[in-house]
Amino acid sequence: MASLDDLKKRITSVKSTQKITKAMKMVAAAKLKRAQESAEKGRPYSEKMNNIILNLSNGVSDKETAPKLLSGTGKDKIHLCVVMTSDRGLCGGFNSNIIKKVKTYFGEILKEGKELKIITVGSKGNDQLKRQYGNKIIENISFKNSKNANYSDAEKVGRTIIEKFEDEEFDICTIFYNQFKNVITQIPQAQKIIPLNTESTDDNKLEDSYEFEPDEDEILNNLLPKNISTQIFKAMLENSASEQGARMSAMDNATRNAGEMVDKLTIQYNRSRQAAITKELIEIISGAESL
Amino acid sequence: MSEEFKVEIVNPEVSFLSKEDVTEVIVPAFEGEMGILKDHISIISFLKPGILTIHTKSGEHKFYVEDGIFEFKNNNLSVLTSSIFDLKKIEKSMLMNLIKVAEEEASKEEIDDQSRFLIDQKIEVLKSLN
Repeated sequence: MASLDDLKKRITSVKSTQKITKAMKMVAAAKLKRAQESAEKGRPYSEKMNNIILNLSNGVSDKETAPKLLSGTGKDKIHLCVVMTSDRGLCGGFNSNIIKKVKTYFGEILKEGKELKIITVGSKGNDQLKRQYGNKIIENISFKNSKNANYSDAEKVGRTIIEKFEDEEFDICTIFYNQFKNVITQIPQAQKIIPLNTESTDDNKLEDSYEFEPDEDEILNNLLPKNISTQIFKAMLENSASEQGARMSAMDNATRNAGEMVDKLTIQYNRSRQAAITKELIEIISGAESL
Repeated sequence: MSEEFKVEIVNPEVSFLSKEDVTEVIVPAFEGEMGILKDHISIISFLKPGILTIHTKSGEHKFYVEDGIFEFKNNNLSVLTSSIFDLKKIEKSMLMNLIKVAEEEASKEEIDDQSRFLIDQKIEVLKSLN
């Protein structure tokens, strides 16, 4: 059994761990609030963008001449997956959930004999995928230096994707990210961005006929690259809110576990202290009796 | 009958501006400046660098925009842009910075005609502000 001194040391160390996790939880909570706010603020833009694109793509009657970013290359051979994860750890199942989803998807693609290319955004995803799919990762983008998700970062990712598309390096592009539902739940999402899913869900799409200036094709050509950046930005915002949420609940758990551990260790400490006293007493008494 | 309609300007990070009592908006559309009044036909077009002016009863409000698109529908004008600055708040040093970046861009050789046109436009507008 551990000596009293050892127990005492362990208790102090667990207590200081608890302090750290508690502080991290607080920080995550503050950051979460900000991330959530900016996710909400960013929503109107991507919604409006989506609406306009839906309206536009309904106006394009001839799918053959439609921009390739909208209709795809017509092939389905090379898949590009953009995996968005966090740059920092200690956020519970946040990264592994995404990776799990991604790996199932990769498995399907490879089973069908298609080619796979991966872009990782965030270093944690890169670390986890490197071992199994290292040769498939064509790029790793990380924004360790930027404090919050910002649009110019998203634009950078968007531009990389578009360049690769124009060089015909892939046919289909899917982004993976965690959608923020609430602090406890984050849902890993897969979203296809090239070709764009234009099946609209609302029924009033045909009520309006628009005037376009210049024509639809030119607007679409101008707009689609922007839309890709916007979608990525949206994913980044959702992801950062999810990351903070996941970290907060993970740290909350850790704090609670540390508390339980301290309680248990304290009981053990008190017991062994008492046992030592009893032992000493017995020794004294039996020593006195033998005289 | 009121002659007012609604304008909303959003950029990716925040809803930049929303006004209900607008009488006219002049947007620097790609093919030329365009004045939009109430009951304009539904239209979608994109922006080139320029000055976007919003007229309300209480006065006018000017913004510098670099790119973006706008949509007018049911007396609702939505402007989506990733770079917009309030002319009242824009600072001289920022302006100089924008000009510098734009000029660097323009000095590159490999850009195509369309982007060259846009950049020249941008420099011109920025210089006129200066």
